Amino acid sequence: MTVIEVQNLAKRYGETVAVRDVSFSVEPGEIFGILGPNGAGKTTTVECIAGLRTPDSGSITVLGSTAGDPALRSRIGVQLQESELQDKITVREALELYSSFYPNPADWRALADDLGLTAKLKSRFGKLSGGQKQRLSIALALIGNPEIAILDELTTGLDPQARRETWELISGIRDRGVTLLLVTHFMEEAERLCDRIVVIDKGAVAALDTPAGLVERTGNEQRIRFRPSTPISDELLTVLPEVRELRRNGPKIEVVGTGNLLHAVVSVLARNGVVAADLTLEQSTLDDAFVHLTGKE
Amino acid sequence: MSVFTKLTLTEFRLTLRDPLYAFFTLLFPVLLVLILGNVPTMKEAPPELGGLRVIDLYAGLALGLAIGIIGLQGLPSVLATYRERGILRRLATTPAPPVTLLAAQLVMNLVTVLVSMVLVYTVAILAFDVPFPENPALFLLAVLLNCAGAFSLGLLLAAVAPTGKTANAIGTFLFFPLMFFAGLWVPRELMPEILRRIGDFTPLAAGQDLMTDALMGQSPALLSITVLVGYLVICGAAAIKLFRWE
Repeated sequence: MTVIEVQNLAKRYGETVAVRDVSFSVEPGEIFGILGPNGAGKTTTVECIAGLRTPDSGSITVLGSTAGDPALRSRIGVQLQESELQDKITVREALELYSSFYPNPADWRALADDLGLTAKLKSRFGKLSGGQKQRLSIALALIGNPEIAILDELTTGLDPQARRETWELISGIRDRGVTLLLVTHFMEEAERLCDRIVVIDKGAVAALDTPAGLVERTGNEQRIRFRPSTPISDELLTVLPEVRELRRNGPKIEVVGTGNLLHAVVSVLARNGVVAADLTLEQSTLDDAFVHLTGKE
Repeated sequence: MSVFTKLTLTEFRLTLRDPLYAFFTLLFPVLLVLILGNVPTMKEAPPELGGLRVIDLYAGLALGLAIGIIGLQGLPSVLATYRERGILRRLATTPAPPVTLLAAQLVMNLVTVLVSMVLVYTVAILAFDVPFPENPALFLLAVLLNCAGAFSLGLLLAAVAPTGKTANAIGTFLFFPLMFFAGLWVPRELMPEILRRIGDFTPLAAGQDLMTDALMGQSPALLSITVLVGYLVICGAAAIKLFRWE
C-alpha cells in the first residue's frame, strides 16, 4: 500500500507555473526526499500534499483519502518553511497547546526529551537559537503521533553542528514507524537520509531513484590524482579502457575514468615500478548527479 | 478543556507578558481617572453636560481609550503578525483551524476591556462619586457595541495590512483622530456643532454617546446604535472577505 500517491500534479499562481507535471508515490516507513533547485516547485508540491493548497489538476491521495480532507490533519504532521511561533510562548506551553489539538497526542515530555528540549521547556520561543527553534518545530510536527511527517527545508539556516544533530533526529523518527517526506536542497542531507529521492526541476520530475541510483546515472565517474615517483608517459595510462581523460598539473597527474579505475591505474604503475604518491580518489556524489540532472550548480 | 479555551488562555498569558500593553489597557485608564479626578475643575458641571460633571464623562473616556488601544493598535498588529510569522499557516496544518485563534484573540481582548471597565468604574465610583449607571444592562451593551465598532475596524485593518508593523502604524494613525472625536481632548458636548456631527459617525464617539446615555439613564440614541452596528456589519464582512491567511 502506498502512503502518498501524487499523479500529474499541476499548480500555477496567476501566470507563474509552480508545478507543471509531478507524479510519484511514497511507500510506508520510507524517508522520501524531494530535491530540486530553488523555485523548482518543491514547496508547492508538499503544500498540496499537506492540504494547504488545492491542485489545479492532477490528483493526490494521502493515506487513502484525497489531500485536503480535514480528517487527514490529525494523521499528518507538518513542519513548514518560515513558520514561527509567538515570541513570548514557552517551549512547554507550545508543546502542551499543540498536543491538545490532537485526538491521540504523543507524550510531549518524552518528545521534548528525544529532541533535547527538556532543558529549554521554560524558555520563550524568541530566546531560542535557530537549532532549538527548528527542533521545537519538528516536535510540533510529531506531537499528534502522525503517520506521515512532512519536513520542509529542515536544516536551512542551521550551523553544520546543528544540522548534523538534526539528521540524527530524522533517522530516529523513522524508527518510530513514521513515513517521512523531506524537502531539501542540501545534497549531503538527501544522500545521508533518504531511501528514495525525486528530483524536481522547473515544475516537473527530472529523476526518481535511490541516492546510489541517481549517482550511477552520472556514469559513476571517478577522478584520481597522484604524483608519480618517476616520470611516466601519458600513453602508459590512456591505453587503459577505464581511463577517459588524463591531465597534467605540474608534477601531478589527474586521471578521469569509470569502472574499476583505481585498481587498473595502480596495477599498471606497480608493474612499471612507479609509486603513486599523495594519491586521492574522488567519486561522483549526489551533487554531480544533481548538476547532471538539472544543469545547475 | 476545549481547544478554544486553551488557545484563549494562552493568548491571555502571552498578552500579559507584554508589560507595556498590559499597562496601557489595564492600568493606564485607572491612572487617568485617578489623576483627572484630583484636578478641581474636573468636578465642575458645565451646563452643556446636562447635569454630568467632567469627571463623570472622563471615566467613560478612559475606558474608551482602552477600547481604542486594544481594537485599533493591539488586535490588528497581533493578528497581522500571526499571519506574517506563519503562525496561522502552521495552525492550518493541525486539526485546530486558524479561525479559532482569531476568535480566541477577540474573546481575550473583549475580556480585557471588561476587566478594564470594572477597574475604571470601581475607582471612579468609590473615589470620585461617579454615578453607577442608571441602566446597567444598557451600559454593558454600550460597552460591547463600542468594542464591536473598534474591533471590527481593527479586524479589517488586520485583513488588509501586509505586516504587523504596518497594521500598528495605520492603527495608531486612526487612533488619535477617533479618540479626538470621542472627546478625549475636548468633551463632545463642548465641541463645535460641525465636529460633533462628524463625530456622530465615528465608532469611538458613537460608543461614547451610548455609554453616556446609559450612565444617565436616557434612552439610547438610535443614530449611535446604527453607526456601531453599521461598522460591525460592513467592516466585519469586509474583513472576512479580505482576510488573507498567509
